[in-house]
Amino acid sequence: MRTGATGIIFRREFQAYVRSPMGYIVAAVVLLLDGLLFYSTALGPDAGELLSGEVLRVFFYFASGLTSIAAVALSVRLIAEERQTGTQLLLDTSPIRDWEIVLGKFLSALAFLSVITLATLYMPLLILVNGKIAVGHILIGYLGLILLGGAVLSIGVFATALTRHQLVAVAVAAVITGVMFLLWQLSQIVGSPLSRVFAALAIHGRHFNGFMAGLLHLRDVAYYVALTYFFLFAATRVMEAKRWE
Amino acid sequence: MVELTDVTKYYGRKRALGPVSFEIERGNTVGFLGLNGVGKTTLLKILACGLRPSSGTVTVDGFDVLRDPHEVRKRVGYLPELPPVYGDMPVSDYLTFVGQLKGMSRERVAKRVPEVEEYARISEVRDMPTRHLSQGYRQRVGVAQAIIHEPELLILDEPTHDLDPVQIMEMRGMIRRLKDAHTILISSHILPEISETCDRLLILNDGMIIASGTEAELGERLLMSRHMAVTVRAGGDGARAPRDVIAAVPGVTGVERAGDTERSSGDADATTYHVEGDADLRAAVCRALIEAGHDVLALRRAERELERVFVGLVGGARA
Repeated sequence: MRTGATGIIFRREFQAYVRSPMGYIVAAVVLLLDGLLFYSTALGPDAGELLSGEVLRVFFYFASGLTSIAAVALSVRLIAEERQTGTQLLLDTSPIRDWEIVLGKFLSALAFLSVITLATLYMPLLILVNGKIAVGHILIGYLGLILLGGAVLSIGVFATALTRHQLVAVAVAAVITGVMFLLWQLSQIVGSPLSRVFAALAIHGRHFNGFMAGLLHLRDVAYYVALTYFFLFAATRVMEAKRWE
Repeated sequence: MVELTDVTKYYGRKRALGPVSFEIERGNTVGFLGLNGVGKTTLLKILACGLRPSSGTVTVDGFDVLRDPHEVRKRVGYLPELPPVYGDMPVSDYLTFVGQLKGMSRERVAKRVPEVEEYARISEVRDMPTRHLSQGYRQRVGVAQAIIHEPELLILDEPTHDLDPVQIMEMRGMIRRLKDAHTILISSHILPEISETCDRLLILNDGMIIASGTEAELGERLLMSRHMAVTVRAGGDGARAPRDVIAAVPGVTGVERAGDTERSSGDADATTYHVEGDADLRAAVCRALIEAGHDVLALRRAERELERVFVGLVGGARA
């Protein structure tokens, strides 16, 4: 049976995360910081003043930032490293399409990021056991984290498709992601209609607030899916242009 | 099997290749010979569908590289100058990955991986990550990945790059074994590499093919004179100097004493001379030396014939 090219790339890249220290370092840092932030929120001196739902909301707020940083860190090696080490030539001269390469790499990073993200699940479960929150709030919050992480990953995949230098890819991904985060803050200080445009485009803020509060809005899901699609499509076009260079 | 018509490649305004046109028959082993930077890798990348030509047409087994690139890619095995291996992957996993990338079924890959490991003599390192392999092993893994899908056309870019002499001999042996099953294109600037393994040579200079043919044809065409090397033990007192004896043979146009590194006859008294003439003068030179009282220890056509051809061609083109 012929294995799909996306699946082949997915498996190779997922194994690369598992085999390399990079994957473990990112996972360790994210879990450590998530744990510390959760401790200070849920068990710190001011913890008693917060409702369980509020603690969970704050947890997802912190987790969204860490997930975004982890997404940048995990994605920038995906294509730049291939160009750096010469293995991109193997992919370029194989009968596979660029979108299969991009999708396989993206899904592998998303799967690894999801594993890291879901490894924090014990913290919301502690709130569930000791407080009063709905399971749906946890599920929707995690859905939001994975959608946000996927969107940032797609930005990283686009950045890594542009260059053979991972540091440049980090810088490009960080700038794009940073600007998309800042759009929410900008939308608060500029007048309409610009504020509405910025708020609609911002990667956090309006689109993530619902997930943090346990509210699922289809428009927010659609936003993250559309953003992810846009950057993966752009990455594919970059790959196509560079494949024959 | 391979047909190029007026192919060029420009990087910006700089011409890296062409226009070049040639055909390669199925089953041939063809060497691309040229100094570094003359367009060999560019040409091979175009044939492997890793680079788009700026103009011209390229077909492999009847498929156009631009119209049907995937059909071409299925039929081509490509070893770039640096083997495209993933350092974190064990050899077997890597070959399985490449086989699947090339479109092979899981069953076929599972059967084929041990075969190519055996063929490339890398079975003993099959479980090692490729980053722990020596350059020689990495190169063999590179060959294994190029042949795993049994391509009709095998493209090897500088296959002996960075190998030690023993590894070079092993690689030559492997290429000879591959000749039975593939049409092979090899690029190299190492001349014996080409002369020992290829049926036909294409010599590139400044992006153009400046000569093609067998080694003998190129030698005949370029070198009107003949070269030979004669190793002599000088006779006793009174004998004319061997150099003078050789120079006096009708038809000899030049005599040159070999450098120290070539005096490897094992005889301290022996001296080797490079002789140039306008015909095959081996018998005449031998006879003259013996009649003059010298011992002829060895007489052969110059071993580095191809180097002379190559340097002559490239030098001529650059002059």
